Amino acid sequence: MENFPSVSSQSQATLLSIFSQEYQKHIKRTHAKHHTSEAIESYYQRYLNGVGKNGAAPVLLELANEVDYAPSLMARIILERFLQEHEETPPSKSVINSMLRDPSQIPDGVLANQVYQCVVNDCCYGPLVDCIKHAIGHEHEVLLRDLLLEKNLSFLDEDQLRAKGYDKTPDFILQVPVAVEGHIIHWIESKASFGDECSHHAYLHDQFWSYWNRFGPGLVIYWYGFIQELDCNRDRGILLKACFPTDIVTLCHGVA
Amino acid sequence: MAAVLESLLREEVSVAAAVRWIARSAQSSEDDPGEAAALSPLRPLRKEFVPFLLNFLREQSSRVLPQGPPTPAKAPGSSAALPGRPGGPPRGSRGARSQLFPPTQLPSPAAEVPSARRGGRRRGPGPARERGGRGPAGLEEGAGGEGLPWAASRRPRGSGSPGSPSLARSDPPNLSNLEEFPPVGSVPLGPAGRTKPSRRINPTPVSEERSLSKPKTCFTSPPINCVPSSQPSVLDTSPWGHGLPPGCRSLQEEREMLRKERSKQLQQSPTPACPTPESGSPLPSRIGNLTAEPADPAGVSSHRRLELVALIYSSCLAENLVPNLFLELFFILQLLTARRMVAVKDSDLEPSPGALDSLESPLFQSVHDCVFFAVQVLEHQFQVLSCLDKGTLKLLAENERLLCFSPALQGRLQAAYESSVAKVSLAMPPSAQAVSFQPETDNRANFSSDRAFHTFKKQRDVFYEVLREWEDHHEQPGWDFEKGLGSRIRAMMGQLSAACSHSHFVRLFQKQLLQMCQSPGGAGGPVLGEAPDVLSMLGADKLGRLRRLQERLVAPQSSGGPCPPPTFPGCQGFFRDFILSASSFQFNQHLMDSLSLKIRELNGLALPQPEPSDEDGESDVDWQGERRQFAVVLLSLRLLAKFLGFVAFLPYRGPEPPPTRELQDSILALRSQVPPALDVLALLQQGLRARRAVLTVPWLVEFLSLADHIVPMLDYYRSVFTLLLHLHRSLVLSKEGEGEMCFLNKLLLLAVLGWLFQIPTVPEDLFFLEEGQLEAFEVDTVASEHGLDGMPVVDQHLLYTCCPYIGELRKLLASWVSGSSARSGGFVRKITPTTTTSLGAQPPRTTQGLQAQLAQAFFHNQPPSLRRTVEFVAERIGSNCVKHIKATLVADLVRQAESLLQEQLVMQGQEGGDPAQLLESLCSQLCPHGAQALTQGREFCQKKSPGAVRALLPEETPAAVLSSAEHIAVGLATEKACAWLSANITALIRREVKAAVSRLLRAQGPEPAARGERRGCSRACEHHAPLPSHLISEIKDVLSLAAGPRDPEEGVSPEHLEQLLGQLGQMLQCRQFLCPPAEQHLAKCSVELASLLGPPAQHQLDRGQARRLLHMLLSLWKDNFQVPVPLQLLLSPRNVGLLADTRPREWDLLLFLLRELVEKGLMGQTEIEACLGSLREAQWPGDFSEELATLFNLFLAEPHVPEPQLRACELVQPNRGTVLAQS
Repeated sequence: MENFPSVSSQSQATLLSIFSQEYQKHIKRTHAKHHTSEAIESYYQRYLNGVGKNGAAPVLLELANEVDYAPSLMARIILERFLQEHEETPPSKSVINSMLRDPSQIPDGVLANQVYQCVVNDCCYGPLVDCIKHAIGHEHEVLLRDLLLEKNLSFLDEDQLRAKGYDKTPDFILQVPVAVEGHIIHWIESKASFGDECSHHAYLHDQFWSYWNRFGPGLVIYWYGFIQELDCNRDRGILLKACFPTDIVTLCHGVA
Repeated sequence: MAAVLESLLREEVSVAAAVRWIARSAQSSEDDPGEAAALSPLRPLRKEFVPFLLNFLREQSSRVLPQGPPTPAKAPGSSAALPGRPGGPPRGSRGARSQLFPPTQLPSPAAEVPSARRGGRRRGPGPARERGGRGPAGLEEGAGGEGLPWAASRRPRGSGSPGSPSLARSDPPNLSNLEEFPPVGSVPLGPAGRTKPSRRINPTPVSEERSLSKPKTCFTSPPINCVPSSQPSVLDTSPWGHGLPPGCRSLQEEREMLRKERSKQLQQSPTPACPTPESGSPLPSRIGNLTAEPADPAGVSSHRRLELVALIYSSCLAENLVPNLFLELFFILQLLTARRMVAVKDSDLEPSPGALDSLESPLFQSVHDCVFFAVQVLEHQFQVLSCLDKGTLKLLAENERLLCFSPALQGRLQAAYESSVAKVSLAMPPSAQAVSFQPETDNRANFSSDRAFHTFKKQRDVFYEVLREWEDHHEQPGWDFEKGLGSRIRAMMGQLSAACSHSHFVRLFQKQLLQMCQSPGGAGGPVLGEAPDVLSMLGADKLGRLRRLQERLVAPQSSGGPCPPPTFPGCQGFFRDFILSASSFQFNQHLMDSLSLKIRELNGLALPQPEPSDEDGESDVDWQGERRQFAVVLLSLRLLAKFLGFVAFLPYRGPEPPPTRELQDSILALRSQVPPALDVLALLQQGLRARRAVLTVPWLVEFLSLADHIVPMLDYYRSVFTLLLHLHRSLVLSKEGEGEMCFLNKLLLLAVLGWLFQIPTVPEDLFFLEEGQLEAFEVDTVASEHGLDGMPVVDQHLLYTCCPYIGELRKLLASWVSGSSARSGGFVRKITPTTTTSLGAQPPRTTQGLQAQLAQAFFHNQPPSLRRTVEFVAERIGSNCVKHIKATLVADLVRQAESLLQEQLVMQGQEGGDPAQLLESLCSQLCPHGAQALTQGREFCQKKSPGAVRALLPEETPAAVLSSAEHIAVGLATEKACAWLSANITALIRREVKAAVSRLLRAQGPEPAARGERRGCSRACEHHAPLPSHLISEIKDVLSLAAGPRDPEEGVSPEHLEQLLGQLGQMLQCRQFLCPPAEQHLAKCSVELASLLGPPAQHQLDRGQARRLLHMLLSLWKDNFQVPVPLQLLLSPRNVGLLADTRPREWDLLLFLLRELVEKGLMGQTEIEACLGSLREAQWPGDFSEELATLFNLFLAEPHVPEPQLRACELVQPNRGTVLAQS
């Protein structure tokens, strides 16, 4: 697939993925510090002062950069605070999310622009970035589906599984298991990210083992690579690859 | 007793008569009147004879076996330990008996100590019980010993007490030393780590310590009861509350007489062959380098006497008068492999020549005697031996002593070895495989609420997480199940609030149990959690080394022995510990319910009838399958029953039996009120009646093996034991012929029952007590002539799988070859007999009426595979039929429901109304259509079944048979399918419609397009368009530049924008990688892009470029986006407000855009008017409001002008418009 990254851009994408993961770890670590009531109050006052002086200046964005916090998340803090002040009832999460997705719903024009600016300038958080990530994930699933079709491996995809009422659904369940590098594979999960220790363990706990618990051993493809040492559960039924496997053995039907 | 034996030895009574006398209480006509006369006065002693004989032999052999592996039934060490009294030490309180070989200093207290010890040991069980303390360890397998109070040491039975007085005196150190005196069950046998408190038959290492163990009189209970014991009454309480047996008085007298008799001949006993003064040092380490004394037939002291004893002993074995056949075989093999005779004081036991035929001289005076005796017995047991595995046969056939003493037997064994094909294969260690998720039972529809569903989802994951952790850690030293996992398990169990969740979890648990603890019945054969017996796979020469290595490696050594206590080897340990840690009453109850149900189901399973074996190899092929199926069912049953027993008796299990009679009585009164967890008595009776004992008894034994001490005393279970005892007695191996059980079936039953009789919680005297009613045992088996019992369903592999302890025989022989026996000596484990499947499994009586009877009759004379095929086809087609109806009729109805719903939604607006109401109205419209299901189902079965039957039956099946079979299959399939459909179709439709409705309602908002047929790209497309993620990312960059902040030199070139929009167009046409959320975002971003084209300061566009770009966007919106484009955003205050900050304001592009939107039908005139109207309500700077009003008016004024009036704006704001143009 030519439109998928070549080797060099692959490594660039890998680097981006790693960067994004590291940044997210950083944000997670500092999240609490930005959510104390004192911090929120101080950010809000600085915001008010800033826009009071010049509503067109990138007040919120600069504030976020200054305190080393993700602009979208800073926008959320201020928006929440703002709504608290202006509405009787505290805003629900879904209202906030919807306003972040579409700032024109924000009753204050200046704030709407500030929030919008934060959202479009944030490289790791925010609805747009989420959408990009989601799109990347989807694109790789499509890629994987095509490869499966190409290899004539019949499968059930996530939607079909969900429709049948499965409680946990990998991207694909093979209707007839195959062997990859000597390991039996019942399902394949596509991950359009770099497999680092932290995310892999989270995935193991939330997804991969759950799949194993229901469907047996399977394969995870980290399209942007992974830390080799993480591929240590092969014998237990979780195989890691950075690309679609080439060594696939299928069940032969009675060769006589 | 001794008198009886003596009269036998003197040949006053024939062996046959004696055995008749023992086995049947009544005299038979065959009896010689003289013999009868000789025996009749001894009648009260009748049932004591066998225990006496067994103990006698153990005692007699005690000088031989201390060196070798311990004798199972009797602690060989005890005699060795006797200072100066090697021969036949008196058994403590047993008084009279012990005097068979009166010690020189007999009555002195000093002498009594040893004798007391002896008494304890004498039946293997003694030591085992002692080890009762270990028992728990065994069961728990080192899992922290929490809980399972295995009944340890002795029971309050009087019978056990003989040694007790002396016990008190003897120094009590050794018992606690588990290293030195591993509980019988705890000898490290193999990797399986089966440590169990086995009772009676444990091979005990010879050592002084043994003598400390409390005497457990396993076989001998009745006689023991009558011994006047100095112990308090505790010991007197017989388990069943019986008083002293009538014979006890005479027994004592007898003993007294014998003692006197003996003292006369005292000094004449023969000198032992090897007077090595070793007697006092029977330490575990001793065995290693002892070389065996050669055995020579010429050295046998008294052929006749040994022959006679061997004969009577063998006859007892043949009549199943001994509790455990394999234990006796083990003992015999120990004699065969005895290394040398322990030194005896010269003064002892010198037999006078005249005493040779009496009991006054030792039976075994040398190794030669032992070997001679053993070979004699083995000759009688050839039939059993020939069923042993190839390895054992080889070792036997190659045994030089055997060759030397009986070349004929050796020849037969060699032949048996050569013809033996069966091989006990190594089981693959079971690996954890998860229970697969099955939508039919596991999806949301099976739960009461979303919450329950999601909770169970999490629980499944926690369960496996715990399991994986256990797999990783349980073999690490110091790891503790409860500490490591207990709290997590309890937290998880705590979430199982609803009863329905419990049943889901229990189902998962039980399935996982079966899956993990029973490897699939493939070539490797099913082995219930037993670790592979590596030892048996190795050559004998390596055994010693390997075993020592193992001893070092495996900390808690598991010793098998011929009668290991019940354990939970391998993965079973996880499930046991899980139950213990969960300690949830609800869970246990659900588990018991579920296990009971499954046991009933499997026990009642109509196992296939084997084909009559008249045909050639082909029936053999079938037969393999049937055997395998039988084995799978049997092993599953055993596993389930074991866990049922474990859970059911868990609350009652305690370390010891109740200390006093009163307490015991009150417990009994209480417990007798409690209904059994599973009506095993009824099942056993049914099993016997239907001749399915071979299936029922093995699992029942597993169940009972986990019972607590009280259980055998309860009337209900007492009846079960009585039945089992009767069955045991009736399994005479030599009987063959019509109506008899197959040989291996019997052997399996004998092995498992023998093992059960040795379990610590089973009263040791039970076996001999019940004898009285044996004659009454007549099972009415007329009903089913072809029960499983008569079918060769048990093969050697199954026998060894169920009874791994039979392998101890091989190990014993192997250790003889290797010249070293492990310190634990012999290894004997329990033997579980297996049963055969019955021929005539009655078909389930589901179909009634004449047709059904005809169908039954039809099958009667056909090969069983025909019925199986038809039933299978019917079952599958019926089930497929239901699935087919679901996929066609029901799916159609669901589609109808969806479109009806769509209509309704359109009618009622997006809100839709109350979902419950909607659902009701849909269902009332659609459910009546369910009636078609029956017609369609019938058609389906009619269409599909015949082909399937035809494909599965042999080509040569006669046409008439074939067509009947097809017919029946159609009928059965239809019956099955229609029964299900008529009962469930309405509910099914409801459920599916409901699911569809909620899916639809949920999907309502965000992605309506996702459901529709997606317009994909053409087949020729090679999907070269840029990826959606890439485009979103690019557009985001543009937007961020537009939204600022940016450096002065930064900007977006029109070319770049044009390219971007071009790519967007390509991508939207290809759509290969596009998902609805991405498309929605792209649509929104494209609108934002459009509104940014207006404000002039943000890009370097001239009007023409801007308009071209807008045209591109308009065409994308119109032709390429398949999701709704949020065009109203163009007129959102925020986007319009962007204009407010710019000078000069640029309105013409906006007006152009609005006109084009209407023109292209992307937005309605009224919609735009509404937006503009609401725009005007917002707060704007004064001049801006004015311009806005003008725009509004302009738009209203020229609603349908095809070419937008650009000038209009300029007319209003001429200078500003030009400014833009110039910029």
